[in-house]
Amino acid sequence: MKKIKCAIIGPGNIGTDLLYKLKRSQVLEPVWMVGVDPTSEGLARAREHGLKTTDKGVDGMLEHVKADGVQIAFDATSAYVHKENSDKLNKLGVMMIDLTPAAIGPYCVPPINLKEHAGKREMNVNMVTCGGQATIPMVYAVSRVQKVKYAEIIATVASKSVGPGTRKNIDEFTRTTSGAVAKIGGADEGKAIIVINPAEPPMIMRDTIHCLTLDTPRQKEIEESVRDMVAEVQKYVPGYRLVNGPVFDGNRVTSFMQVEGLGDFLPKYAGNLDIMTASATRTAEMFAEEILAGRLTLEAA
Amino acid sequence: MSLNLKGIKIKVHDMSLRDGMHPKRHQITIDQMKSIAQGLDQAGCPLIEVTHGDGLGGASVNYGFPAATDEEYLRAVIPLMKQAKVSALLLPGIGTVDHLKMAADCGVTTIRVATHCTEADVSEQHIALGRKMGLDTVGFLMMAHMIEPEQLIEQALLMESYGANCIYLTDSAGYMLPDDVTARIALARQKLKPETEIGFHGHHNLSMGVANSIAAVAAGARRIDCACGGMGAGAGNTPMEVFVAVCNRMGIETGVDVFKISDVAEDLVTPIMDFPVRIDRNSLTLGYAGVYSSFLLFARRAEAKYGIPARELLLELGRQKMVGGQEDMIEDLALTLARERGLLKANAA
Repeated sequence: MKKIKCAIIGPGNIGTDLLYKLKRSQVLEPVWMVGVDPTSEGLARAREHGLKTTDKGVDGMLEHVKADGVQIAFDATSAYVHKENSDKLNKLGVMMIDLTPAAIGPYCVPPINLKEHAGKREMNVNMVTCGGQATIPMVYAVSRVQKVKYAEIIATVASKSVGPGTRKNIDEFTRTTSGAVAKIGGADEGKAIIVINPAEPPMIMRDTIHCLTLDTPRQKEIEESVRDMVAEVQKYVPGYRLVNGPVFDGNRVTSFMQVEGLGDFLPKYAGNLDIMTASATRTAEMFAEEILAGRLTLEAA
Repeated sequence: MSLNLKGIKIKVHDMSLRDGMHPKRHQITIDQMKSIAQGLDQAGCPLIEVTHGDGLGGASVNYGFPAATDEEYLRAVIPLMKQAKVSALLLPGIGTVDHLKMAADCGVTTIRVATHCTEADVSEQHIALGRKMGLDTVGFLMMAHMIEPEQLIEQALLMESYGANCIYLTDSAGYMLPDDVTARIALARQKLKPETEIGFHGHHNLSMGVANSIAAVAAGARRIDCACGGMGAGAGNTPMEVFVAVCNRMGIETGVDVFKISDVAEDLVTPIMDFPVRIDRNSLTLGYAGVYSSFLLFARRAEAKYGIPARELLLELGRQKMVGGQEDMIEDLALTLARERGLLKANAA
């Protein structure tokens, strides 16, 4: 079967985990890994897997994009350089899946709005944040049943799974996630809290989702909707698990989740990172399926 | 004991209107805030913290919605102060720099940026901004009993490098004994710049608040958190009136009037308590097992709702090394244990 060729920008932990996931895909084929450091272990690893690499950033790949048929790129670098990367590649007709917090394109949370984005031929979609991918589906699971006035998520992650970029700008996490909880989750107002726990052995990512409904919660429908949504996310993150809940307490509906990663390149406890690479892969696959079926042609933008 | 601390000047920092928000479920009214703050001001307390118990932006399902917003509290209290300054607490991950700017606009002179004791590097953007805005900027390392003094000081040095002019070592669980305090504060004094102030924040869960604070002063701390009437999370903070009395006896200068501050405790703070903030079996457990003091009321509520004793919940949370902010895991744990024991109604799980 024909596969859509992909480039990964950023050969760090996220980029490498992504590489492992793409290699398993039926519709995607990773062909380029882009870095900036010639001594990068990630680039060396990508070469071992048969990818072409450059240490000259996106510029080092641009002239090969057409010849190598790259159609989808993943950006796992930083918010600061994302726009430039995206502009350069969009110009060549390559669509961009943004794993940085830059969010210049619309938010994509696969079980909620991926189909819509593919239909609209978006050239840049943003994967929100790890906390967003883990929790927004559960907010939506309630808001599709009845009006949610306020939704709040608490993401607790192992210290070892939080990189220096996130640490330097943790406000970006809270701001982006709370915005997407409202906008994509479907709540009138959103709030996001992140807690970092250094316990050893590292704890598996935990997420708590509180929704305050306008009217009395319709328990049966919400329970069913939550169960369906968990199953939907499990299709691409098998370790996505409802530990407790939904708990109903007045107008509060609370779900307690655990997110265990697949352990491809990242350790299993880092479900927060796994759900990002898995969501990004799922997103790219949907676009690839559309391209392969002839329903979508990417054009230079 | 031949401890001679005579003539040492320290600054006490009142916590009753911030840490005291925990036992009040963040329901202190604006009027209560104003009257207590004025009492503290008149008693000579130089610095008063006013924020949601979990810091700026703490208003949430997870930690509790307060009676008024941080901004409403700050704007009500600050203009009334004759000599006292007002501080605000900020926990990165909960509050953001936007909250910090709002607090500065309200007129706080001190911003305290708090992280778990191993995670100082999430405070860089907030500390750097506080310093840039010319605020008295404090790095506040919570649950400082959980790591060895050497590791703790590495984190303190990070906060200092971001621009903090004062570093607090915080006994959030009320677990430390005086020797634990001495070891940490003394090493901080040795490794931090001489101009960097050192502070200590205690909880009274093992009745060590005053003794630990004196140990901290002896080891070089010059800022001490106390709560008037002891109103704080767990069994409360170091009671300010008691600490000031002890300081007077030892010749440590706080500038606070012992009788006036004990009147504020007796006449204004104690009457607003919903229950006596004291060492009971649960707050004792916090100190004994090293658990974040704010978990107390959540564990009590989970006991009432799910039938799992609060003490058992707190011990298990301690065993799982939960950190400040993980209040959500208390109900989660209670649900898990209740289900295992067949205490849940079929549809509740």
